[in-house]
Amino acid sequence: MTITVYVPCDATALSLGADQIADDFVRLSAQTGHDIRLVRNGSRGLFWLEPLVEIDSGDGVRIAYGPVTGSHDVESLIKTGVLDGHKEHALALGPVTEIPALQAQTRLTFRRIGVTDPRSLDDYRAHGGYQGLEKALQSDAQAIVDAVKESGLRGRGGAAFPTGIKWQTVHDAQADQKYIVCNADEGDSGTFADRLVMECDPFMLIEGMTIAGLAAGASEGYVYLRSEYPVAADIFQHAIDTASAQGWLGDDIRGSGRRFHLHLRIGAEAYICGEETSLLESLEGKRGLVRAKPPLPALVGLFGKPTIVNNVLTFAAVPEILAAGAGEYYKHGEARSRGTLPVQLAGNIRNGGLFEVPFGTPLRTLIEDLGGGTASGHPVRAVQVGGPLGAYLPQSQLDLPLDYEQFAEANAVLGHGGVVVFDDTVDMLEQARFSMAFCAAESCGKCTPCRIGSQRGVEVIDRIRNKENHAMNMALLSDLCDTMVDGSLCAMGGMTPFPVRSAFTHFPDDFK
Amino acid sequence: MQTPSPSREELRTLIDARRDEPGALLPLLHDIQNTFGYINAEAVSLLADALQQTEAEIHGVISFYHQFRTTPPARHRVQICRAEACQARGARSLEAHACKRLGVSMHGMTADQHIQLDPVYCLGNCATGPNVRIDNRLAGRVDAARFDRLMDELEGEHR
Repeated sequence: MTITVYVPCDATALSLGADQIADDFVRLSAQTGHDIRLVRNGSRGLFWLEPLVEIDSGDGVRIAYGPVTGSHDVESLIKTGVLDGHKEHALALGPVTEIPALQAQTRLTFRRIGVTDPRSLDDYRAHGGYQGLEKALQSDAQAIVDAVKESGLRGRGGAAFPTGIKWQTVHDAQADQKYIVCNADEGDSGTFADRLVMECDPFMLIEGMTIAGLAAGASEGYVYLRSEYPVAADIFQHAIDTASAQGWLGDDIRGSGRRFHLHLRIGAEAYICGEETSLLESLEGKRGLVRAKPPLPALVGLFGKPTIVNNVLTFAAVPEILAAGAGEYYKHGEARSRGTLPVQLAGNIRNGGLFEVPFGTPLRTLIEDLGGGTASGHPVRAVQVGGPLGAYLPQSQLDLPLDYEQFAEANAVLGHGGVVVFDDTVDMLEQARFSMAFCAAESCGKCTPCRIGSQRGVEVIDRIRNKENHAMNMALLSDLCDTMVDGSLCAMGGMTPFPVRSAFTHFPDDFK
Repeated sequence: MQTPSPSREELRTLIDARRDEPGALLPLLHDIQNTFGYINAEAVSLLADALQQTEAEIHGVISFYHQFRTTPPARHRVQICRAEACQARGARSLEAHACKRLGVSMHGMTADQHIQLDPVYCLGNCATGPNVRIDNRLAGRVDAARFDRLMDELEGEHR
C-alpha cells in the first residue's frame, strides 16, 4: 500500500517552514522503514492550520494534521503511527474534506486548490482541468462570449465591470493583432487569492486566458505578476512550459489549428501598476504612468491593440463557467452580483485565509463565524474591505452582505475581496495618515490631485494630530478628499479618500 | 550578493538575448539586476542604444520602479511589510525593532554592507503576518524574537 504525504508548497506554507517539514517526513519515514510518496500540493487556504499536512495511509482518505510547526511534530506524528493508518494525534483534524471551514465554503474557482499538485498537468486533468477549453474549442467565438455574459461574471479585480461585455468589445474590434492581459499585480494589502491561484492551480489561469484568446481572436497573452511573489513566478512559469510542451499552448492547441502563446512578465515594486492602464504602460517597457480613458484598453490597449485586461480570479472563473455551464455559475449569488467571491480574511483574525463563498454572505458571518473573531481576542473595531483604497467599516456596518451595489451604497467597496480586521487597539487617525502616505509613495505622479493632494493630506492629518487649528484642518481634510475624488485620473487618487473619509466619519473620537 | 563589475561584453550578451521582444525594457532591467545586483551607467547607455531610446528615457524607467537600483546592493535585502494587514498584527513595532536591531533606518544599509533594510507594501501573506522577506525567502508570523533569530542566521554566515 502506498502511503502519500501531502505538504503544501505555497508561499504561506513555505513562510512557516513547510520545506523543512517535507524534508523531515522523507528523512524520518526512511528511518522507520516507511516507503512514502511525498506530494507538494497547494494550500487549502486555511492559514491558521499551516503547515497543514495530509496523510493518506492507503485507504484513499486524506487525514489532516496541523499546524505542523517543526521536526518535533513530525517525529511525534510518525511515532504515533500516522503512517500506519493510525489517525489519532493532538494535531489531527480528521478527514480534510470534513474540516468545517472547508465545508462552509462554495468552492468553484478553488475546487482543486489544495487538492492537486500544481506542477502536474496530469493531476489537473484528472480533476476536471481543461474541460472548459475542450468545450471552447468546439464552440465559435461568439458562443464563448455569450456564455461568459450569461454567467453574470464581473471583473474580480475590483471594478466589477461585466466581463462578457468587455470580451464582446474586443471580439467585435477589427485588428491584425489583439492581446489577452492578466493583471496579477495583486498589490492590495489583505489579498492573496491571485497568488494562491498561480501557486496552487496555475493551469486553471492558463486555461481561462486561452479561452479568452479564442473568444477575442487573440493569439498572444501576457501575465503581469508582481515581483513580491517569487514562488508564484516559479510555479507559473513551470506551468507555461509544461502546457506548451504538451500542446495546450502554442501554434496548434491540441491539434485544433488554433494559436495561443502566453508570456510571464514580472513587475518591479510599483503598486500603481495594478491599475490597468499603468500595467499596460509597464508591459510596454515604460514608466507606469496611468493613461486617460477613453480610449478603453478593450479598443486601444497593449501596444495600441484591442486588449482584454482581466484579473487572475476573473480568468480563473471562466473554465468552470464553460465546463459546467453559465447557468450553474449564475445560480450562485444574488441581484447583480452572481457566482462566488473568493474572500480573503486577513490582519488581526484568528482563522485567517481564503474563503470562497456565494455573493450575499454577510460580512459578519465571515469575520465572526468563519474567521473566529480577532487573533488578539480583543473586540473588532474596524474592518478594511477592498485593499488600501477601501473604506474602513465600523461594527455597525458589518451586517453588509457581499454585494457590489450594497457596498457602493454604503460608500464602501468590495474590491478584490480582501478583508483586513483590526482590534480595539487601532488608532484610526494613524490609519488615515497611512492611506495618504501610501498614496504619496505610490502615486504615478501624472495628475496633481493624487501627486500633491496625498502629500498635503499627510501634512493636514499631522496638524490635526497636533491639535493645530482643529476645526479648520478637519474642514480642509474633507475638502481635500473631495478634490482628490473628483479630480484624480484613476482610482489611486480617486479612492484614497475612501479609507480617510470613513476613518474620520465612523471614528471621530480618534481625530479629536 | 556578490557584485562583480559587469563587463561591456557581458552586458551586451544579456541585452542581445531579448532586445527584440516587444516591451523588452523591464525584462532586460530585471536580467541585468539579477545578474549583477544593480544597473550601472554603462548598462543604461547600452540599453539606450539597443532599444533606440535616450538614456534619459531608460533612467526614467529605472527610477520609476522601487526595485531597480543604480548602486551596488548589500549582500542581503531584508524587507518588512508595512501594509495594513501586517499593521493589524504588529508590523509597526516590528519595524521599529528591526531598525534598532540593525542600527539603520528604513532604506538604509548596514555599515558592513551586509544588509539593506527596506519597507514593502504587501507580500501577500496577510493572514500570518507580520511578514519579512529576506532576499527571495518569505517568513511569516515574525515577532521581535523570530526577527532576531533570522538576523543571527544572516549575520552568522558573514562572520
